[in-house]
Parts: sequence; structure tokens; C-alpha cells
Amino acid sequence: MKFRKVAVIAAGALLATTTVFAESHGAKSPYDSQIKARKGMMNLYAVNLGVLGGMAREKIAYDAEAAQVAADNLVALTSVNVNSLWPQGSDSASTEGTRALPEIWSNFPDVGAKSGALKDAAAAMQGLAGADLASLQSGMGALGGACGACHKAYRQEQ
Amino acid sequence: MLLALRGFVAVGIVGIGVFFWITSPVKVDPQTYAGLTANPENGKMVFWAAGCASCHTEPGSDATDAPSLSGGQAFASDFGTFYAPNISPDPDHGIGGWTVEEFANAVQKGVSPTGQHYYPAFPYSAYNKMQAQDLVDLKAFFDTLPADQTESKAHDVGFPFNIRRNLGGWKFLFVSDEWVLDTAPTPELERGRYLVEALAHCGECHTPRNALGGLETSSWLEGAPVPGGKGRVPAISPGKLNWTAEDIAYYLETGFTPDFDSVGGHMAAVVENMSRLTESDRKSVAAYLKAIPDE
Repeated sequence: MKFRKVAVIAAGALLATTTVFAESHGAKSPYDSQIKARKGMMNLYAVNLGVLGGMAREKIAYDAEAAQVAADNLVALTSVNVNSLWPQGSDSASTEGTRALPEIWSNFPDVGAKSGALKDAAAAMQGLAGADLASLQSGMGALGGACGACHKAYRQEQ
Repeated sequence: MLLALRGFVAVGIVGIGVFFWITSPVKVDPQTYAGLTANPENGKMVFWAAGCASCHTEPGSDATDAPSLSGGQAFASDFGTFYAPNISPDPDHGIGGWTVEEFANAVQKGVSPTGQHYYPAFPYSAYNKMQAQDLVDLKAFFDTLPADQTESKAHDVGFPFNIRRNLGGWKFLFVSDEWVLDTAPTPELERGRYLVEALAHCGECHTPRNALGGLETSSWLEGAPVPGGKGRVPAISPGKLNWTAEDIAYYLETGFTPDFDSVGGHMAAVVENMSRLTESDRKSVAAYLKAIPDE
């Protein structure tokens, strides 16, 4: 019985030390894996947008098949349920390593509306990307607008 | 002793005279706008280029074609927090019923219809270079926007900055009608300079300020601390931003960086504006940014 008490205290002390350690070193967050996963999602968007945007900007040759794959990927990304990646307390005011503003958690309906707009823009691009270059180009503005709308309200400035 | 006192009083009187002379509001010459016919279609382009909606819409509102300029956004600074006022066409709570002259005094001289100085959070030090025709057209477009009855919020500014008269001194020191880039040899650069330095007032955030809040034009567009917050507004001068002119124009159109990250924060509002301009205007802005001489 006594041993158990000591063990609990020891464990508590260890936890406290590691928390202090993490805070003092600034790098580790209790939501490290979720934050990494969020950034991974963002990078997946960026890579696929890069394929479409590279063609839109005529920096790479238009390829209907590759454009369609990238657009399909965007649609797939917007259909992932990401709720588990955004736990309470994983905002820029509470933890290190993220620019996600606390307002995300106080404005969930608006965040939902904005991610809905991204879903719509990705779906529109899915219908445009494989058609021809001009169609693909016409869909980029809406995608950029949807990304920017969320980053305007909910991403901390650098 | 008496002589010294007299001298002191004389200097004091001259000093007060100079103070009143320097700090008294300077107004526009109404003749500048006389006989100009307003074109609200062009005014719409001026409106988006000048970014009025970015500051004067309700906090957190999304972009629309006919925004309600009800005000309320807060702007922190080293001198206090400023709240953008209601500038919708409501006659009681906004600026409905203002004459072109009153509107011009506000936008280009920073002077209210009652003769008070406005704080330079309102970028009249850039808008003073707006062409008279654009000013008249802008007013006409303002008149088409929805009226809103939201009460303007008082600024939260402490002594001595709450004495508006002093702003005349600020204007005397820091407002200039000269271009920063003194030569613009092509029509594209001239247009770009007009957009960047006059309408879009890019320097207001991207150029550092001195202790009194005046722009350090010797470090033009070289980036600056976020006013009243943490972080930095990035440099956009050619020596410090390695994007091509095409990168810049595409960013202003779509919000995508060359790496396909997206614009965020207050700059997202700027892109919402810039995306409504013509391709040729965005290219002019990009050409201008590439033409700033490196120090």
C-alpha cells in the first residue's frame, strides 16, 4: 500500500519533471503527433496543389492525367475526417510548434463552413483539371481563396 | 531680468504661433475635383486597389462584392489601439451625405468634416497621391455600398497621443506627396508605383517606422515588426524577397506562394483585393517591387 503511494508520487514527480523539461525546451508538445499530422496534411495539399499550380502557371507541361490525379488527391484529402488532429489545447497560445490560433476552437461552425468551401473548390477542380489547361487555370483562384480564408482567420502571422 | 522675461514671453508667443501654424489642418483645394464626372465602375477598381474593405468591414467577416463598411476592427500599435470607424453610407453612423470635398479632405488630407486630424492608422499619407479622378470615382462607388447603423468605436489612445492637434505636427514631419521611387521610366512601373505607393499603401505595413511612427523610407518595403504584436511583416524589396515578378503576380491573384503554401493573416485580405484587379495591374505591382533599388 505504502509502496503504491510512493510509486504514484514518484510517477507524478517524473511527469512533472518531463513536463517542465518539455516546456523549457520548447520543442515537444503533448500534441506533437497531432500537430505533425496536421502539418503533414497541409504538405499533402501543397504538393498536389503544386502539380496543378505548376501547370496553371505553365512552368510544367499540361498533362491531363497527372492533373486529374492531383485533383482527385485534393478531393480525397478534403474528405478525411481530421477531428482527432485538432484536440482542445493544441493551439498556438497553449502549446509550442503550431500557428493554429485558439479562435479555431471557439468558432467551430465557421471553421466547418470554411473547410466546406475548400471541399467545394476541390470538387470543382476535380471536374476541371482533366479537361484542358484553361479549365484547370480557372479553378485555381477558388482553391487559393479557400485556403486563404482559413489562414486569414485562424493561422498566426509569422 | 525684465528683458529676459520679455524675451522668454516673446519666444513663447512665437512658439505657440508656430505650433498653431504647423498643427492646423491643411485642406484640399476644392478646385482639384471641380468638373470631374464620377465613374463608379472605375471607383470599384480604386476601392479594391486601395483596400478600404480590409480594415473597415466587421471583424471576421468574409469577402463580398459589396461589403458593409461598418467598422470595428482593432489595430494595435505602440501608441494605443485604433478602431476602424463606420464609413458606410449611413448618414448618422457612417459617412452618408458627405460632399466630394469632405471625402477628399478625409482620404487625402486626414482631416474630418469638423476640421479634426485623423490618426495616421488611416493611410492618408499614401492616399494623398491618389489622382483626383480616382478620388471622385471612389466616392461614387462608396455611395453604392450598403448603409449600416453600427456605432463607431472610440480609439483607445493614451496621453499625449490623444491630443489630435499634435497630429498636425506628425503630418508636417512625415507626410510627403513625393514618390519614394523617384523615377518610373515605363508606363508599367508608373502604374505599379501608383498602386503600391498611393492606393494599396503597401509601405504602411512592410516598411519599418521610427519612434514617432513615421515611415523609414530609407528602408522602403524591407519588412517591419508587426505593430503591437509579435512577429514580423516580411520584406518585399528585391534584395530580400527572392520571388520572381511572375511569382508575385500569381500570389496576388491566387494567394499561393511559389511553394504552394497559401497567404494568411492580414495579407489574405490584401490578396482578396488584389485578385479583383486586372492581370495587368498585378503585373505592374510585381514590376514595381522588382524595380526598387537595393541599398
